[in-house]
Amino acid sequence: MTHPSDTGTAPVLALKDVSKSFGAVRALRDVSLELFPGEVHALAGENGAGKSTLIKTLAGVHRPDAGQVLLDGAPVVFHGPGDARDAGIAVIYQEPTLFPDLSIAENIFMGRRPRRTFGRIDHRATYAATADLMLRLGVELDPDRPARGLSIADQQIVEIAKALSFDARVLIMDEPTAALTGSEVARLFGVVRTLREQGAAVLFISHRLEEMFRICRRVTTLRDGARIASEPLEGMTEDDLVRRMVGRDLDELYPKQEVAPGETALSVRRLTREGVFTDVSFDVRRGEIVALSGLVGAGRTEVARAVFGIDRWDAGQVEVDGRPLVNGAPSTAMAAGLALVPEDRRAQGLVMDMSIERNIGLTGLRSSVRAGLVDRGAERSRSLDWAVRLQVKYARIADTVATLSGGNQQKVVLAKWLATGPKVLIVDEPTRGIDVGTKAEVHRLLSQLAADGVAVLMISSDLPEVLGMADRVLVMHEGRLTAEISRTDATEEAVMAAATGRAAA
Amino acid sequence: MADSPLTRAARRSVSLRWDGAVGALLVVVLLLSFGFVDGFGNALNLSFLIGNTLPIALIALPMTLLVVSGEIDLSVASTAGLSGAVMGALWNQGMTIEVIIPVCLLLGVVCGLVNGLLVTRLGLPSLAVTIGTMAAYRGIAQIVLGSDAVTDFPAQYLDFAAGRIDGTFVPYAFLPFLVLLAVAVVALHAMPFGRALFAIGAGEEAARFAGIRVKRQKLILFTVTGLMSSLTGVFWALHYASARYDNAMGLELSVVAAVLLGGIDFDGGKGTLGGAIAGVFLLGALQNVMSLVNVSAQSQIVVTGVLLVVSVLGPRVARQISVARAGRRAGAAPRSKTPAPTP
Ligand SMILES: Nc1ncnc2c1ncn2[C@@H]1O[C@H](COP(=O)(O)OP(=O)(O)OP(=O)(O)O)[C@@H](O)[C@H]1O
Ligand SMILES: [Mg+2]
Repeated sequence: MTHPSDTGTAPVLALKDVSKSFGAVRALRDVSLELFPGEVHALAGENGAGKSTLIKTLAGVHRPDAGQVLLDGAPVVFHGPGDARDAGIAVIYQEPTLFPDLSIAENIFMGRRPRRTFGRIDHRATYAATADLMLRLGVELDPDRPARGLSIADQQIVEIAKALSFDARVLIMDEPTAALTGSEVARLFGVVRTLREQGAAVLFISHRLEEMFRICRRVTTLRDGARIASEPLEGMTEDDLVRRMVGRDLDELYPKQEVAPGETALSVRRLTREGVFTDVSFDVRRGEIVALSGLVGAGRTEVARAVFGIDRWDAGQVEVDGRPLVNGAPSTAMAAGLALVPEDRRAQGLVMDMSIERNIGLTGLRSSVRAGLVDRGAERSRSLDWAVRLQVKYARIADTVATLSGGNQQKVVLAKWLATGPKVLIVDEPTRGIDVGTKAEVHRLLSQLAADGVAVLMISSDLPEVLGMADRVLVMHEGRLTAEISRTDATEEAVMAAATGRAAA
Repeated sequence: MADSPLTRAARRSVSLRWDGAVGALLVVVLLLSFGFVDGFGNALNLSFLIGNTLPIALIALPMTLLVVSGEIDLSVASTAGLSGAVMGALWNQGMTIEVIIPVCLLLGVVCGLVNGLLVTRLGLPSLAVTIGTMAAYRGIAQIVLGSDAVTDFPAQYLDFAAGRIDGTFVPYAFLPFLVLLAVAVVALHAMPFGRALFAIGAGEEAARFAGIRVKRQKLILFTVTGLMSSLTGVFWALHYASARYDNAMGLELSVVAAVLLGGIDFDGGKGTLGGAIAGVFLLGALQNVMSLVNVSAQSQIVVTGVLLVVSVLGPRVARQISVARAGRRAGAAPRSKTPAPTP
């Protein structure tokens, strides 16, 4: 296959020598990029490399400090995302940005809903168009339900549907798959392939390298805001790509230590929350990493929330070290040694307007106390210690977490909970948006925690991660636990089969 | 990205500079008043100024904490009025003042608890709840005392509430206020309780996920606010030697205006008690000066209302300006607003 640039096709959208700084942080330095019609282009780089900044520059959210954006070869200045949209550029941002009180359909067709005579909004047309998009993506979401309360994965789906609804010439996707499981990803890629065949240009970001190899033809790698290479993916290996991203070879991605499990630390008995999950029972022993797997919407996150006390359960019991937990009380769960790294870092994991230091300190308000007052010295050293251990990339520890890149925000959430020294650690998509290098680091950390006797319950949509890290895999399907698969029997096929309800173990 | 990081950073620095600016403005207003307003600088007037401002200041303490946590209580003045009314009624019944005052304070606790329970248990917005109880508590006050005015409280209590320390302009009552202020400063800025309030105001869901007992903290705050309001009601009746059902009418406007003027963000999560107290005394000084130069009470309310609007608007305008500047410094034009809150 020849490269489009060889065939004389012109790029639809391009960046030429673009630079962008935030204060002292140089997020982009002299970066050039060309997107051709009919091509899916990957953008790779570590957390904080500048990928999202590049996308926001293409989308008119940021204005470059230097350099140009070229549309059909001619320089353009987008004064805002609206301009870019009018030019046929659809963007899925890293963090979903839906209006919670509007319905899914209204969110998708915001400001441009089909109208009937006399300007009345055609509700039925909007509904049908949305239902059609959902069908293409293979998900069951009621177009009329409000966006409030949607899981991160479902929000991501709605964002994807919104972008698809534009029939854009250029589709830009910043980590659209981060919260999705295999089957949703497959659907998305099916749609992307169709778009590609229709001549759209697609820019795709993911920290799951195998996804890039599956769908992309070329890749541009960024490191510390500078472009390292733009090249065809064909013939490259994952190791090659990683070396471009981090500048060195990577250690084992799944450094799993063999640990002899100890006593039961977390015991969940016949837990039921009506209409959400039913009769869920399982144990996690000290030193074990147990994965909770299943499709988006199977109820994994909901079980974790109930166990930690965010939602109340209707029946059943949860015990930590043999002592029952109070229903619906996160503070007592924490006191019992439970920690939950939630799925939605922006709403649940972090107070975006507060500093890195204070965010990590938030879980230590009971421990970093002297004479009833917050011990600021202890708070600072605790925060610095964990920020460094997790390699958070920041300028000052007193900066708000809003200034961090997505992956670095995720690291702060992890830091905040690891700092509590939990007995039982529940992690919901712990590596969502985290780059390969740090992913290995997080896995090593989880593995080490388990070796130190922590019981780990891991919810992850990343199947290789599940298979690589878990001692046992529990699979949920439509609110019930349908299978328990041991490490030796856990294969991609076995987990997927149980998750889709095809075969139960 | 309804709120880009740039806006956030700008807002933070604005709120920091804002309370400093209000403090500076207070100093300027005081100096100008000393220089140019007849009758301002004498000890008697200064003690009036402080004494008249104390009710606002007392309620501003818990109100600051409430607004930081993202809530508000508009029933404070009615609770104060109700306490005064009950105080008068019980006094007429022949009860001793040593019994009456604790009863009134307990009543304040109950008023605050009712607000807190309606907000935290039923999940109603505090603005709506406390507008309702503002009317209800005032109504009960009128039922309790009718249009009577009770004035014959024991002399030593009246003297304490209205008197000043010998040879100074400082009212006795200012001393316990300083103690309460110190307690509030420590609670908000040094204790885990206050740290958690900022988190609740800036991101309630994340606070809950961090194990902070959001509802409990709010319930405590509303209750303390009720207690402080009734304390203020008792002080008011003694200070002015008059217990009437309409005592402290409209005081909530002054309290809220002063707190917002002091840089407490109406959306929660931001501000300092120092700023709030500077706002309180700025408002108190302005009201005092206006009385001295014979501005009518009605016009004073207009001024307070305007101040309220300005103090809500001011930080926003300042923020816009500083965003524009930061944007230009970063080499970019002020960004257009993109609508996009997350659920
Ligand atoms: N609004 C901002 N204010 C200050 N710094 C910012 C801002 N946006 C991004 N940065 C900084 O710019 C750098 C690049 O961030 P960017 O979000 O583009 O990274 P990324 O490659 O998308 O990372 P990730 O994989 O974690 O999403 C980071 O150091 C980040 O902290
Ligand atoms: Mg990013």
